[in-house]
Amino acid sequence: MRLSTSLRELIGKRDFYAGGLMLLLGLGIALKGSSYRAGTLMHMGPGFLPTALGILLVLLGIAIAAASLAPGADEHGDDQSLLPEHPQWWAWFCILMSPIAFIFFGRYFGMAPGTFACVFIAALGDKTASWKGTVILASVVTVFGVSLFSYFLQVPMPILTWRGEF
Amino acid sequence: MIEQALSGLWYGFGVAFEPHNIMWCFVGVLVGNMVGVLPGMGPLATISILLPLTFGMKPVGAILMLGGVMYGAQYGGAICSILLNLPCHPPHAVTCLDGFPMTKQGRGGVALGLTVFASFVGASWGITEMIFLSPLLVKAALQFGPAEVCSLMLLGLLAGSTLARGSPIKGVAMTVLGLFLGSVGTDLETGSERYTFGMTELDDGIELIALALGLFGIAEFMNSVNQVAPINTKYTNVGIKDMRPTKADMKRAFFPMWRGTIVGSLCSLIPGTGPTIASFVAYATEKKISKHPEKFGTGLIEGVVCPEASTHSSVQGDFIPTMSLGIPGDAVMALLLGALMIQGIVPGPQLISQHPDIFWGLVASFWIGNIMLVLLNVPLIGIWVKMLAIPYRFLYPSAMFFVCIGVYAANNDFFQVGEVAVIGLFGYVLLRLGFHPAPILLGFVLGPRFEENFRRAMLISRGDILVFVERPISAVFVALCLILIGSQIYFRLKGAKADLEPAAENAVSDEAAPELAAQQVRATPAE
Repeated sequence: MRLSTSLRELIGKRDFYAGGLMLLLGLGIALKGSSYRAGTLMHMGPGFLPTALGILLVLLGIAIAAASLAPGADEHGDDQSLLPEHPQWWAWFCILMSPIAFIFFGRYFGMAPGTFACVFIAALGDKTASWKGTVILASVVTVFGVSLFSYFLQVPMPILTWRGEF
Repeated sequence: MIEQALSGLWYGFGVAFEPHNIMWCFVGVLVGNMVGVLPGMGPLATISILLPLTFGMKPVGAILMLGGVMYGAQYGGAICSILLNLPCHPPHAVTCLDGFPMTKQGRGGVALGLTVFASFVGASWGITEMIFLSPLLVKAALQFGPAEVCSLMLLGLLAGSTLARGSPIKGVAMTVLGLFLGSVGTDLETGSERYTFGMTELDDGIELIALALGLFGIAEFMNSVNQVAPINTKYTNVGIKDMRPTKADMKRAFFPMWRGTIVGSLCSLIPGTGPTIASFVAYATEKKISKHPEKFGTGLIEGVVCPEASTHSSVQGDFIPTMSLGIPGDAVMALLLGALMIQGIVPGPQLISQHPDIFWGLVASFWIGNIMLVLLNVPLIGIWVKMLAIPYRFLYPSAMFFVCIGVYAANNDFFQVGEVAVIGLFGYVLLRLGFHPAPILLGFVLGPRFEENFRRAMLISRGDILVFVERPISAVFVALCLILIGSQIYFRLKGAKADLEPAAENAVSDEAAPELAAQQVRATPAE
């Protein structure tokens, strides 16, 4: 009985997931690291330090998860929820898509379309964004950004192109 | 000794007064002051955005500018916290406590004026300390072999991760993760690929700029998008006339200012305790020795100038271990060190003798930059105050563009732009899980050098791991590491017990301070 309540308590804690993530990362690092030559302590191979770090990360992950069960661990004032109070899925999606759009439009159509798409998509994430305001913002940043980076700083990226054929 | 330092300083002024250097210094402090004022942009993100632009510059100009961004942002951050009650940057969280009540009483201008003055005093002290202490440290550090360097780095990493914000174990986990990320790519000694998963773009390792912009740019934007409360500009009507303090104010601020400066400089000598901790310790000390501690928090000028002087003295002091030992105390310093490394300069004790222009030029530029900041902040206060009103919905999309183009320009490669998106997502997951990603950068920058020195130490000692405790200097560092870990565990156990007792102690005790700063920054309280 007691085991199941403490298990339930554990699953409700954020640090359980924090520790778990570190544990998984550490395991991955250590397993992949053991495929490289470890060598001896005197002549260390490329796999020695990463594997050691992976093992250390596994131990730290266990410690983080265990510490969340200690009495008084809750009183640090941190919120224990995994998601913030108002999850912003749309805004997060927009922010993450913005570099992707920059890559796509930048590679195939040049710096100006890339910049415009990057700013436009990112700006859509704000809940007060309007189409008009977003277009204006993206245009202003495009004009300013292209003149700064292309003319002044000479970043070798064509301003306008078609499907990447320079 | 003193003569040598003064002649070095004289030489440094010569370097810093070269027209292009003084221009870059000005650009740096201007941009720094600007982002310091803007809520939601930090010096870390700004320095990483500017980093690719410095590749074409000479190393001196580059480091002068990036350094300027860092201390410029500290000046700007004070405006934000005093007038808006928004601690945009953690070191200024404590300034809000007395700064904003002063603003409500209509004395915000006075608080700002004295803050600028106190900041200048604090910074000047920090610079003086740097001039005289760095050569001494270098003299000691030149005797270090690989074993000493290794254990010193270990101490720096441990201090940086356990004394910073948040839970110490999580900090250490982040450092370990950073050390690992530093090992991705081609192994320097054997030339074999590590963790590249067949992607040739990763052969040179993870790009420092992509890591920094992912963690401190994209992850931060994801954290604050649609969460930033609308800004209350009711009190931001401050002009230059309001800034002149009365004689009584000057008198009351004088001693707290110096006490703050001293606390800050002491804090900067302990690796890992950056400006945030310095400001909290200074405030707590000032409150403790004050004759009327109950009045703190109601708008006392002492409660504003003391932490601000301490922040600035510690910011400048943080450059000491970074420049003289090559061991950065926090993530910003790690980034500056990374910038030097990109320029092909090897950080470490030999830096001052091999590149005196960089070291002394930087020291001299600190004076020049701080004077510029005083000049920028006093007459132009109206402009800075107007900038406070720039809404976040314009800010972060524009910043996203700078992130993308900055990462692209580092190598002219789109792969890194994808890298920054992946790192950003990962960084946000870490933030939500209660990790503070700053130690990752610390581990990442020191990682390759740590591995190199560790290997060398092991080779020299013929695989004897005990070499770290057999050599006396190294043994001292290892002992300090153990004391650090021991005291953390001790305070943790003791703290857990104290939590159960209802006795509410000092509101801002030294221990709770970083925690509080983190919370305040997360919550971004608005009136």
